[in-house]
Amino acid sequence: MKRRLYANLQRKIIFITLLVSFIPLILLGVTIYYQFAQVFKSKIEEQIAYRARVQSNAIELFLKERTSILLAMADAYTFDFLSDKKNLEKIFQIVNNRVGGLIDLGIIDSSGRHVAYVGPYDLIKVNYYSEPWFREVESKGVYVSDVFMGYRRVPHFIIALQRQETNKRWILRATVDSDVFEGLVRTAQVGKTGDAFILNKAGFYQTHMRFGGEILSKSDLDTTIFGEGTSVIEKVNANGKKVLYAGRWLKKNNWLLVISQDAAEEMTRLFNTKQMEIIIITAGCILIIFTTIFTTHMTIKRLENYDRKMNELNAQLVHSDKLAALGKMAAGVAHEINNPLAVIAEKTGWMEDLLTEEEFQNSQNLEEYKKSLHKIEEHVERARKVIHGMLGFARRMEPHLEDVDINKVINETITFLESYARTNNISIINELSSDLPIIASDHSQIQQVFLNLLTNAIDAVGKDGTVHISGLSNNSEIAVSVRDNGPGIPKERQAKVFEPFFTTKKSGKGTGLGLSVSYNIVRNLGGTITLESEEGKGTTFTVNLPVVIPEKK
Amino acid sequence: MFTFRVLIVDDETDFLETIVNRLQKRNIEAAGVLSGEAALKLIKEKPFDIVLLDVKMPGGMDGIEVLREIKKIQPIAEVILLTGHAAVETSIEGLKLGAFDYLLKPVKFAELLEKLSAAFEKKNAHEQKIRGAILREMAGFKD
Repeated sequence: MKRRLYANLQRKIIFITLLVSFIPLILLGVTIYYQFAQVFKSKIEEQIAYRARVQSNAIELFLKERTSILLAMADAYTFDFLSDKKNLEKIFQIVNNRVGGLIDLGIIDSSGRHVAYVGPYDLIKVNYYSEPWFREVESKGVYVSDVFMGYRRVPHFIIALQRQETNKRWILRATVDSDVFEGLVRTAQVGKTGDAFILNKAGFYQTHMRFGGEILSKSDLDTTIFGEGTSVIEKVNANGKKVLYAGRWLKKNNWLLVISQDAAEEMTRLFNTKQMEIIIITAGCILIIFTTIFTTHMTIKRLENYDRKMNELNAQLVHSDKLAALGKMAAGVAHEINNPLAVIAEKTGWMEDLLTEEEFQNSQNLEEYKKSLHKIEEHVERARKVIHGMLGFARRMEPHLEDVDINKVINETITFLESYARTNNISIINELSSDLPIIASDHSQIQQVFLNLLTNAIDAVGKDGTVHISGLSNNSEIAVSVRDNGPGIPKERQAKVFEPFFTTKKSGKGTGLGLSVSYNIVRNLGGTITLESEEGKGTTFTVNLPVVIPEKK
Repeated sequence: MFTFRVLIVDDETDFLETIVNRLQKRNIEAAGVLSGEAALKLIKEKPFDIVLLDVKMPGGMDGIEVLREIKKIQPIAEVILLTGHAAVETSIEGLKLGAFDYLLKPVKFAELLEKLSAAFEKKNAHEQKIRGAILREMAGFKD
């Protein structure tokens, strides 16, 4: 019952302590992590957006440079001059030397005929009149195309511009070197998985992707979700990976520069942080669990101990209360019985006196009367002994302190009992250490205690045996043991031996008061009396007395 | 052996009567009273050699009180205390106040007789001393 109560209490304390420790700890960990993650993520997004912005500026600048130089060329030279292949070749060389990045250059008249061409492809015969870009440049004047296959069957894009001379219109067309252009775009690639590419409005690749995504193939990226300026979105790609995309519109919103980044790669540091945090929190939790269990266990153990000691103390208190009550009762009973006993004794004596008178001498039963009266006297005497024992037990014994030499006291007591022991063939063996200190105590009371113990020991042995007396002392205590090799005391009786009137001796032989009187005496002297007994082996009574050094006189 | 006068003071009638009877049977002049007051009254009327006094009597005068009074009225009388319970402290107080001895109840009769004769001897010796002193005084006076 008690055990379960404590187990319950322990469980409750552990549970509450853990709850109170874990909740704030975990809450704190999670909050910090999410705060950190947020900041980290926004930093990454900022970074990728910044790169997109910078790169798009670079690309715009690239295109603008080429467009400007072509415009300058068209402004500076006439159609006729440029239609001469030699002139065109020379100019192409100059332009490529200065800015580079162009593959070819061509002059086209208003009917779409390729008038002059410098470049690696054989395109001089083609007519561009029906090409879509031809329409665009006619309407807009300057046109940078999307990537297309064209007559050369290679993905490319062109810069075309239209010039108006007095009676004719003509077009200067240049193809941008895809390698150079893609190289420029690719400088925005970062890390192992980072990518940078351009999509047109309809979502077709304008440059190669780093991984997959053939040029001119349709991207699964919806270009409409990218707004004005630079926008960053997070998307799960086909491989199930989270990818961050930063997009910025170029070329008057016709092209979209996309810089992509594997979110996981960027977030590795964050994951590391997360892992570290989890490890720390877990370790903390484990530590808390162990500490809590350990301390709670200790506390409960201590509590249990206190409780047990308290119970023992209570039991002792109840026991001594019981003894005190019994003592009072014994005193009362003794007093009440004493007077009638005195009367009985006197009346018997009186009757004996009367029997000596002559008139009774002839009585037939004179001897019987005498014998009976004698018996009555004998039993009154027996009762008297009991009463005296009881009074001894009940008397308030104020110890009278004097110098007591335990050795001397016990030797006296042994001498007193020696002849009685010898007639029963019992040897009393004195093994007292001779250096037992002289203490301040009550000589006669101590003598009574050892007289009781020795008498009991001799009675327990009965015939043919030994009684050992041994004594030891340290600074604070003298311990004297009286050990007999009698039959021992059964377990269930051991608790009772100090109770008054408990005796195993034959009726008339013992009052059952010796041990309880001894118990009270020793307790009054500040000591303890204990017994150890094993059935069949014997009993040992040990008296512990405090060493009280007598005052010097 | 001289016969002597004993006064027994005890509140237990049966005990008192029997003791008186037994002492008288042994040719001891014994009288019994049931209370301290009665004892004092009787002692004032005629002197006793020995008073056997129960120290614990319910109601009336306390044994020790009676002892004090007796010693005032008749200092030479020997008092033997009877203690019904082992109130050794009371007995010790009595002895200090001049009681001859004390006996624990129930008393063995033989023991009582012994004590009585011892007390009587002491009293006699004492009286003789007094008489001797008086005689010497008288002799001195005659001289």
